[in-house]
Amino acid sequence: MGKPSKEKMIEMYRAMVKIRKTEQKLMEVFSNGEILGFLHVSIGQEAAPVGICSHLTEADYIATTHRGHGHAIAKGIDLKMAMAELFGKNAGYCLGRSGSMHLADKSRGIMGANGIVGAGIPIATGAAFAAKYKKTDQVAVATFGEGATGEGAFHEALNFAAIKKLPIVYLCENNGWAEFSPMSIHAPVQSITQRALAYDIPAVTVANDVLEIYEEAGKAVERARKGEGPTLVEVRSERWYGHYVGDAQKYRGKENVAQAMAKDCLLNFEKDLLQAKVMKKRDIENINAELDTEIKAAVRFARECPYPEVSEMMEGLYL
Amino acid sequence: MKDIRYIFAIKEAMEEEMDRDENVFLIGEDVGLAGGSFGASKGLYEKFGPERIVDTPISELGFTSLAAGAASCGLRPIVEIMFMDFVTCCMDSIVNQIAKMRYMFGNQYTVPIVVRMPEGGGLNAGPQHSQCLEAWFAHVPGLKVVMAANPYDVKGLLKSAIRDDNPVIFIENKTLHAMKGSIPEEEYLIPIGKAAVKREGTDVTVVSASRLVNESLKAADALSKEGVSVEVVDLRTIQPWDRETVFTSIAKTHRLVVAHEAVKQFGFGAEIAAAVAEEILDELDAPIMRVGAPFVPASYSLEKYYVPGAEDVKKAVLATMERSF
Repeated sequence: MGKPSKEKMIEMYRAMVKIRKTEQKLMEVFSNGEILGFLHVSIGQEAAPVGICSHLTEADYIATTHRGHGHAIAKGIDLKMAMAELFGKNAGYCLGRSGSMHLADKSRGIMGANGIVGAGIPIATGAAFAAKYKKTDQVAVATFGEGATGEGAFHEALNFAAIKKLPIVYLCENNGWAEFSPMSIHAPVQSITQRALAYDIPAVTVANDVLEIYEEAGKAVERARKGEGPTLVEVRSERWYGHYVGDAQKYRGKENVAQAMAKDCLLNFEKDLLQAKVMKKRDIENINAELDTEIKAAVRFARECPYPEVSEMMEGLYL
Repeated sequence: MKDIRYIFAIKEAMEEEMDRDENVFLIGEDVGLAGGSFGASKGLYEKFGPERIVDTPISELGFTSLAAGAASCGLRPIVEIMFMDFVTCCMDSIVNQIAKMRYMFGNQYTVPIVVRMPEGGGLNAGPQHSQCLEAWFAHVPGLKVVMAANPYDVKGLLKSAIRDDNPVIFIENKTLHAMKGSIPEEEYLIPIGKAAVKREGTDVTVVSASRLVNESLKAADALSKEGVSVEVVDLRTIQPWDRETVFTSIAKTHRLVVAHEAVKQFGFGAEIAAAVAEEILDELDAPIMRVGAPFVPASYSLEKYYVPGAEDVKKAVLATMERSF
């Protein structure tokens, strides 16, 4: 798996900026009270979803987590419809029934964010099972944090996938914090790769660097597509804003947060691209401006859409 | 017509549906090589192979959620949970995921999945192998809950469940697995959501499901000799349950007994009693009686005193006959 082409790198940069800016905008409208419930943003973790989704087609599957906006954007979700869903509007992907925590787009294989930690792992494994059953070349990706690896769902899914050599990549974004607890409290291992080895699943740890992730995720996706079975990729990512927006992170300390913010996967990539002359300062400004416009338009669309009618609440429970 | 045991009627239903639709597969513990713990898939592994009769590790949560993922990608899984008690290990799959996927995702996904499991006593298997937990699932929007009382019903209902695009919790009863009954040679289906009047009567309506239907029929036989005419309604589906058939029967008999093997408190009988009270209380000539197990875990040594049967139904019928408003 070589380095991505120039065009691919620009595309990856654009996707990372799109995630960052969308999350920033969501924090803003959440604090305005325009978005209800809980909001879990992935700022600081943009590299992992982009690194892996760069290898996926629309037909491939991804099951994500409560911190799932990044994966959905990297997989190509329509921003207007996604924003409408987060605003709880009828025009949203899930008719305003899911909000942030269950955002899904079947047309692009986005099987849904999940409100239950670890629950998406066996579901994505089921998508991989379906791909193998139907003899397609589709690949499934399960994303989760290191905290989810304490769940039985993680172990049961990996065990089965390994036995059946299912076409799946387990992408663990290890941001060091399982909700409010550091890894030292809930895991005796230093790396989640050690857990994969128990199931004879090849596993690798990479830094929060989009090109490194691209390379290792690429190998994992290729292995899956060739029928060689599952791989686990652990990304040492950084969570900047706590478990949910509004989490004061008192358990963590300002220094720890500052350290996380200093390891900015987006800024680092931007510097690398400038240094390698893949892009000029001007290109970067243009991309940023274009995305600002796109996100603004998505928010405007979401604001203007109507809420679902109360009379629609009972519709569609059963077929 | 031919005679067949309940467990083989289950096998026939699965086999016919797998012949009919290549997206149907069976997954669970010991379903393949071993032919199923109770023999429901005997011979299917040899016929369909390991791709479609899928043995799993002992991991109810893992394989049930896996089936949910596969179902949302176009397959039609039948999940076998060895004992209903073990479904507690996959409540996230069923309650948070399967039941909600369609509605929560704005109708984008359909989840055509059947989760089969045998409930009830009869094996002296004690507190963790004898429970009847159907009311839990009937309480969760998004699931259908089906219970079959005999070989004819189990085949026709299971075939309908497999063809249904909604998730169906399909509850068998361990003591019924060996029960013999007559079924047609040709294909037939029994619709989900329709109750059946299994015996007509004029004095009391007994509403029941699964094994207690057969017990209620025995009670009705005995009571007819004492001059009491009992109508037995088999719900067959407890979610959504057939209000029309139940209410029509009560409008005729004006007395109601609800009977299930599950513990009496908060069982499905309570829902039926409450609905009758809300909607047709004026049809009743006497208080409603409920039959169910006592509110304790199933006892290993005292099982025969624990599991309700025909005698309990008979007592309840006589109790409501003695009362009047």
